[in-house]
Amino acid sequence: MFSACKGASRLWATNLLLVVGLIGGFRPLRAAEVSPLRVCADPNNLPFSNSRGEGFENALARLVAADLGRPLRYFWEPQRRGFIRTTLGAGNCDLVIGVPSRYELVDTTRPYYRSTYVFVTSTGRMPVLESLDDPRLRVLRVGVQITGEDYENPPPAQALALRGLAGNVRGFPVYGDYSKPAPQRSIVDAVADGRVDAALVWGPLAGYFVRRAAVPLTVTPVIPGTDRFGLPFTFEIAMGVRHGNARLREQVDAVIARRSREIRSILARFGVPLVEPVAQTTTHGQRVAKVGK
Amino acid sequence: MRLDAQVAVPSGSSRGGGEHSVQHLKALMRAWTMCVCGCTCIALGACGRQTASSGGAPESSPAVPGAPPGLRLVAEVSNGDWLMPLGDYGALRYSMLDAITAANVKNLRLITSFSTGIPNGHEGQPVVVNDTMYVVTPYPNNLIAVDLTNPTGPLKWVYQPNPDRRAVGIACCDVVNRGAVYADGKIIYNLLDAHTVAVDAATGTEVWRTRVGDINVGETITGAPLVVNNKVIVGNSGGELGVRGYVAALDVNTGKELWRAFNTGPDADVKIGPNFRPFYQKDQGRDLGATSWPSEQWKLGGSTVWGWFSYDPATNLVFYGTGNPGVWNPDLRPGDNKWSSSIIARDADTGEARWAYQITAHDAWDYDEIMENVLVDMEYQGRVRKLLIHPGRTGFVFVLDRETGELLSAEPFQPINWATGFDLKSGRAMEDPSKRTGYGRITQGICPSSTGAKEVVPSAFSPRTGLLYIPAHNTCMDYEGTEANYIAGTPYLGASVKMYPGPGGYQGELVAWDPATAKKIWSVKEEKFPVYSGVLATAGDVVFYGTMDRWFKAVDARTGAELWKFQTSSGIVGNPITFRGPDGKQYVVIYSGIGGWMGAVAFPTISEDDPEAALGVVGAMTDIKKYSGPGSTVYVFGL
Repeated sequence: MFSACKGASRLWATNLLLVVGLIGGFRPLRAAEVSPLRVCADPNNLPFSNSRGEGFENALARLVAADLGRPLRYFWEPQRRGFIRTTLGAGNCDLVIGVPSRYELVDTTRPYYRSTYVFVTSTGRMPVLESLDDPRLRVLRVGVQITGEDYENPPPAQALALRGLAGNVRGFPVYGDYSKPAPQRSIVDAVADGRVDAALVWGPLAGYFVRRAAVPLTVTPVIPGTDRFGLPFTFEIAMGVRHGNARLREQVDAVIARRSREIRSILARFGVPLVEPVAQTTTHGQRVAKVGK
Repeated sequence: MRLDAQVAVPSGSSRGGGEHSVQHLKALMRAWTMCVCGCTCIALGACGRQTASSGGAPESSPAVPGAPPGLRLVAEVSNGDWLMPLGDYGALRYSMLDAITAANVKNLRLITSFSTGIPNGHEGQPVVVNDTMYVVTPYPNNLIAVDLTNPTGPLKWVYQPNPDRRAVGIACCDVVNRGAVYADGKIIYNLLDAHTVAVDAATGTEVWRTRVGDINVGETITGAPLVVNNKVIVGNSGGELGVRGYVAALDVNTGKELWRAFNTGPDADVKIGPNFRPFYQKDQGRDLGATSWPSEQWKLGGSTVWGWFSYDPATNLVFYGTGNPGVWNPDLRPGDNKWSSSIIARDADTGEARWAYQITAHDAWDYDEIMENVLVDMEYQGRVRKLLIHPGRTGFVFVLDRETGELLSAEPFQPINWATGFDLKSGRAMEDPSKRTGYGRITQGICPSSTGAKEVVPSAFSPRTGLLYIPAHNTCMDYEGTEANYIAGTPYLGASVKMYPGPGGYQGELVAWDPATAKKIWSVKEEKFPVYSGVLATAGDVVFYGTMDRWFKAVDARTGAELWKFQTSSGIVGNPITFRGPDGKQYVVIYSGIGGWMGAVAFPTISEDDPEAALGVVGAMTDIKKYSGPGSTVYVFGL
């Protein structure tokens, strides 16, 4: 009986979506337009996404789907090596909500936010840190997310190594413990419980987990945004579609332009630290400028 | 007479093999009573061996008369069955079968073939025992049993373990599996989701399944286990994800973990105690697995074990190599980073380390050293030495005294330039500092590339020729700056690595190497692609290997002359084996199914346009799609 009700209400919701799509569009409804928007997402990676729809990328996916008048359907896959290949590449889904704006594996939309790596420190207990050249870093234990992945470096880890501070680094695998509800949370908790004096964390993670920490924590962006070794700490984030899927890219570009206020509001609700400016053009498929020499 | 000699070593009966040895004995007897083994015995003069071992001298390992004087094996080699991944405890990949010879191999023909149904990289090799062939597929790691009394008939059974699907996204380099081992009536192998499973060899029912590692933290298992003294020795994969490498021993009857030894961290974790006696000063000291890293980075220090194990019954030592250190970025881990890229000898029963030799300190190139360690006694500079021969990713063949860990020689078998050689006094590499990689530094023309001068695919050693047959690569690479990458919602910088063919106009080579003189005797150059298949040598003086452009080849063990070849449906990254069928005839088996790190470029989902794709190997695999698509075929050949 209960399950029958649930089924009925789901049916009703689908109908409502169709109706909304009709009203919102003021154009003849074609079959292709009500096909689901298939989003590739990690089922367990807060604050970005999870299978319960609690992440900000879930909220953004709902926003895009609603704007396009299409029901939302997920293809779940942990966002690790081969993610694009097994999701977009294998045709299992069509849209990734968050990728760097110059990411070769996909065609990217216009970026919709720019965030930064930040310092997380315990409010009152530790001095506020802003610069990687702060002399106090010489004596602090600094938590950094690392991948171990072949050839890849998190910029703060690299920055500390280049300053001769590798010995101060406490590494936290970026994948975390995937059996936990928020695998990436441990690095912020380590600041809260004093296992590290400070952590260098990608902004969206820090903003979200700091609000859920047991003690007050302070978030400060790493300044400057590009350090004296040429290491970037800010990145523009866009959505990604399969190479050549210009139609969807253009549609999503239009949604991003149309809904920028709501997007901002979602990001603010999740505490994502934002940095200006965000480029106003699409840069899909371009290789990022080589860093260093 | 022959049976007695045979059973003494491979079953480990001298060390309390118990019930398992008895079963093993029965199995072997059954196999052998069907064959005309007497002739083989006489032909090779192998009967003399029995006297040697029953003479009780602990030094005396089985001899192979007809072989160079002084040459002894640590254990009986494959003779009819194929029970363990590398054929025998000494990792020779050599079979006593001699019905297929250099003279008649040209008549080799396809007997049967079948698909495993999984079009991913088919590394590894089957197990053959009790007239049954067992094939482990890539993920989802099904176990297929083929009745060899009716090889063209239906499959005997298929066991489906259904490992956790999330493991697929974690595995670094295709979802490969390197095969099973037979022991105690069970087929035992590892699953991609870091479990080890034992399956009843007769019925295909699961006997036990043990969670060895945790995919939630990035661990997988792609390597093959070895069974020693009723212990299943396994190691973990996942160095790319910042896991910590270890070796564990499981009870063959129950799967219960008996010991676990890490390859990084304090001595207690590494199982280093008073009996640990590394030969070189550089490897001596307290807690080097922790102190040769900054702060606590050994906790994420990689050094995994995804290659092969070998075992010397005389000393009860298990030998294996470790992978590159984590995290990948060398700037983040100043120090030697022990025990990454090392060869380690451990007591099989306790896991206690006896010696270790670190090949490259503070790796900057991703040179895992998980390759096979071939164990043989042979004449070396005037006297018989107990050798461990390790053809390395670094491009050198390392010859060590396996009792002490002393480096006797290290000579390159491919064009390399990261080092000019090894100092035998200190055991250290003489590195070219200009070939080290680092952030913001453009390092061009590093040879070999990260895939090494040889990958995990195993060599073969023929006691008759005294030669090691090495499947080799000739690729170099450039490191150039960095570019944005993205994992789990977080932007990163990735080095752009490009690999390309090395000097000399070839990419692959089968090298016949004399470990005693550290010289290449002959070689077969493969122009287009690295040799990414294992090698098999037989008493018929035939050497088998495969190529990524779909050729399965037989060459003369003494000259390298091509004797026979067969074009398979897909590129070969598996390891040939040979067995004696229920009809007494000799057969040869090879998997055809391209994949693995380099071979994955053949998959339609990997773009050939970007030379940095698939961790940079695309540049070395140009045109592979024209030569091979994915495959999943097991081929059986006979005369």
